[in-house]
Amino acid sequence: MNLRPEPLVYELSSPGRTAVALPKSDVPAYSRPSALVRTELRLPELDELTVVRHFTRLSQKNFSIDTHFYPLGSCTMKYNPKVNEAAAANPGWTRTHPLVGEAFSQGALELIYRLQAMLAEIGGFEAVSLQPAAGAHGELAGVFMIRAYHLARGDAKRTKMLIPDSAHGTNPASCTMAGLETVTIPSNAEGGVDMEALKAALGDDVAGIMITNPNTLGLFERNIEEIARLVHEAGGLVYGDGANMNAVTGVFKPGEAGIDVMHFNLHKTFSTPHGGGGPGAGMVGAGKLLADFLPGPIAVKRGEAYALATPSKSIGRMKAFYGNFGVLVRAYVYVRMLGAAGLRRVAENAVLNANYLKARLEKAYPVKYPRRCMHEFVAMGNLAEGVHTLDVAKRLIDYGIHPPTIYFPLIVPEALMVEPTETEDKEALDEFAEAMLKIAEEARTNPVLLHNAPVTTPIGRLDEVAAARCPVLCYRG
Amino acid sequence: MPFVANSDADRAAMLAAVGAASIEELFADIPAARRFPKLDLPEPLSELEALREAEAMAARNVTAATCAWFLGAGAYNHFIPSVVPALASRGEFLTAYTPYQPEVSQGTLQAIFEYQSMAAALLGMEVVNASHYDGATALAEAALMAYHNASGRARLLLPAALHPEYKDVVRTYFAAFPVQIEEYAGDPAKAALDDRVFALIAAYPEFEGELRDLSPAAEKAHAVGALFIIQADPIMCGFLKSPGELGADIVVAEGQSLGNPMNYGGPFLGMLGCTQKLVRKLPGRIVGEAKDHEGRKGFVLTLSAREQHIRREKAVSNICSNQGLVMLQACIYLAAMGKGGLKTVAELCWDKAHYAAELIGAIPGFRVENKEFFKEFRVATPIPAEEISERLSRRCVVPGLPLSRYYPERKNELLVCVTETCTRAQIELLAASLREVTQ
Amino acid sequence: MKIDTNARYRTSHEFARKEGAEIVVGISDHAQESLGDIVFVELPEVGKTLKQGEAFGVVESVKAASDLYMPLSGKVIAVNEALQGDPALVNRDCYGKGWMIRIAPTAPAEWDGLLDAAAYEKEAGKE
Repeated sequence: MNLRPEPLVYELSSPGRTAVALPKSDVPAYSRPSALVRTELRLPELDELTVVRHFTRLSQKNFSIDTHFYPLGSCTMKYNPKVNEAAAANPGWTRTHPLVGEAFSQGALELIYRLQAMLAEIGGFEAVSLQPAAGAHGELAGVFMIRAYHLARGDAKRTKMLIPDSAHGTNPASCTMAGLETVTIPSNAEGGVDMEALKAALGDDVAGIMITNPNTLGLFERNIEEIARLVHEAGGLVYGDGANMNAVTGVFKPGEAGIDVMHFNLHKTFSTPHGGGGPGAGMVGAGKLLADFLPGPIAVKRGEAYALATPSKSIGRMKAFYGNFGVLVRAYVYVRMLGAAGLRRVAENAVLNANYLKARLEKAYPVKYPRRCMHEFVAMGNLAEGVHTLDVAKRLIDYGIHPPTIYFPLIVPEALMVEPTETEDKEALDEFAEAMLKIAEEARTNPVLLHNAPVTTPIGRLDEVAAARCPVLCYRG
Repeated sequence: MPFVANSDADRAAMLAAVGAASIEELFADIPAARRFPKLDLPEPLSELEALREAEAMAARNVTAATCAWFLGAGAYNHFIPSVVPALASRGEFLTAYTPYQPEVSQGTLQAIFEYQSMAAALLGMEVVNASHYDGATALAEAALMAYHNASGRARLLLPAALHPEYKDVVRTYFAAFPVQIEEYAGDPAKAALDDRVFALIAAYPEFEGELRDLSPAAEKAHAVGALFIIQADPIMCGFLKSPGELGADIVVAEGQSLGNPMNYGGPFLGMLGCTQKLVRKLPGRIVGEAKDHEGRKGFVLTLSAREQHIRREKAVSNICSNQGLVMLQACIYLAAMGKGGLKTVAELCWDKAHYAAELIGAIPGFRVENKEFFKEFRVATPIPAEEISERLSRRCVVPGLPLSRYYPERKNELLVCVTETCTRAQIELLAASLREVTQ
Repeated sequence: MKIDTNARYRTSHEFARKEGAEIVVGISDHAQESLGDIVFVELPEVGKTLKQGEAFGVVESVKAASDLYMPLSGKVIAVNEALQGDPALVNRDCYGKGWMIRIAPTAPAEWDGLLDAAAYEKEAGKE
């Protein structure tokens, strides 16, 4: 890692410099609207080499999958194949335009059409829309679809959505954006949905349930079909949060188990890069009841030609144009290279890797729900008096490993959520396990190492309280 | 098997450690009837074959790499300096996660802070967040933000000349709220404002090209207590007044133009900024400055209590990502262009677009419909614009957007966009081609 | 846990204290301690009338945000402007300088339904 402080672009600026050689104008000059011309533009002025060094040095202040093991639970930090990048960089994709016309973008439409079909098959869905730009965006589309479905049937009283207490925060937040009230369903002793609480909550005011399966504890919801049956009997629909689909590709088709609508995160399960926060892509798939409500347009085939069409009862557009197309190209290449057997192998190894780590760590780091896990497990990091999960996470950095997800899900105190993914080999897992065990020992013998960590990074722990009390959100020099 | 590390021997050793007899046993929680279904996918390809297949499909698209390009309408063909993709594609940026652990994410965090700073300067806002999915969703979230900020108000005013897809997205996002979404024609200062309006939205410039001084509209909106939202072209802000200077409370922009390819419509960059007063209502990720215990300066995600992972159903939005790489490309672009470069790009767009409008306006049967415009203008055509587009695109001159795509009754209108990438020769070729197919 | 014995409480941890005909509202010591370092307090506009149990604002720490509920119905006659610049006042002196709003109660009888100090202490101790 680059430990030296790197100035801000503004601090590197020097008047009169530029990093780009632009062409001279080859047309006459036309008069500008003088009342609107701006007098000041506070952008920096840098030469090209300074720009290159600046951003290269910044990059060296990051952990990334390419450089470090990244067992971040619920985020599926698998290797992002380089072939994806090569395929997506083709100017045939990057330099075409969403409104060039169907006749002039047959290749792009074909790719969308084929990816829709492959993802529908993987999920067991009737139809798929690739328009959502991220998981949360797909989830919002799904909740809008459930709402629209009930309204289309003249059933306006269904205003409640059931959400297990282990769910991601996006689930309740999406419901609020769709005007639905959230009802929290507790988990049972095994980490699954409490069936009695579910039955008690069902009624003719329930729009549906949002189920993450495997859930955020890394556990497969054994009662999934029973849950779907009960909710359907009560007139509700089942939303599937596909955040954890990496555990079950080729192993389980959610659409066959009663899930009516679901999103997949292409940037998790289908290997597209996380990019320090995005862009993602959040395809949404639907069964028979909801297929007509999908956001549009989607790609269709008419004879030999590909075209765009909007489903008959569509909730409308979720964004401009057709989704994060550049991300779709990457996911397409990934699925094409793996095929059915490869996708099953992905799930198998993701689950095996997680169970292997759980077996190696659970003595030192208690697991609240000690069942066999799927692609991830949730341990607890309060190792000794005064030592917290945060300290374990920060100490792991000093061992050159990105910390697991911490303090989530909320129902496990001091949660430490570990997801190794299938792309890590046994040696990487062993190295991580040994670092974790060593930290557990340090917690007893020399906890100050944990409290002071990390010490190998450009900065230590930051004062987040002061940052939030007096926010400095842009350069003020 | 590609991308999966462990061999069968590794798997056997690990299964033993786990205490499972087989891989299948690990999936015992899945209902037996649903376990290991048949998966009907095409046979897998090698890397070479997969690339060939993708290349063959990509070759079937008409692109700005080989054609004279005058199509904009929300996705723009601007020049991208080589440093932008070269730096943004570094694995340390590309394969990092959301910077929740600031000690090992200072690269991403500082880049976001620099983007926020430069975007705020460009748009004339006090705060710009780490970005939204695209310009359309940023606009929808801005309108929602204004709605939640003004309890009891239920009218939202949109320009009729807003991008039609942006209108659709706003309607999708407002589906569940009792809000009257009304379109106004022409000058936003003449829109039907009253004290039930929570936001007046104006486009700078409008989808159909018209460019207006929006400061009178800002005054009118503020006089009735409504927020004024401007949807702006960020390249144009390189030489014309920022939306903030014109009086906007919230600014949104499609940032694709800043160093990102058109990519068939995505991923794009939703720029969203606001005044300091509104910052606690602003959705999306925000990075702020912080210090560690030794007083070293660093950057951290801040004001998180607005967000879904803390506030759940009471969050200001469900968003939990930003357009990381796209934002990074915009950040590098702005740093590389700097104040002089961006101004030059904007001025080149202005001059070339006006040159094109002059040539096209002189062709019999054609008329330029805008009073004032930046890089995009609306042309009345003597024959259906779809026909012109079809015929010219076949010979690799993509002339613009036939407005009939969105408004079937508006057959003889073409929206022409000219950026700094168009040469004089290409502009003259466009004019000659238009003349030829209509004479 | 410090308790202001002159105040009454809601189970959601707001306190109310009579000062003449007016009521001073804030959050209890137990609440500020479980929230941790408070970074922001959002308060209502002066003049707003709210019912008992309605949210009047939000208190935020780095990792949590909680709505603030009216212990009694009333009209907001003052808000503690000092919290904008120094939200930590709530941590340092929640019953004193860290007060949040001052209300003119519209249903003073609601006072009798609030928990007294002893009952609140017992309630908060359960958490």
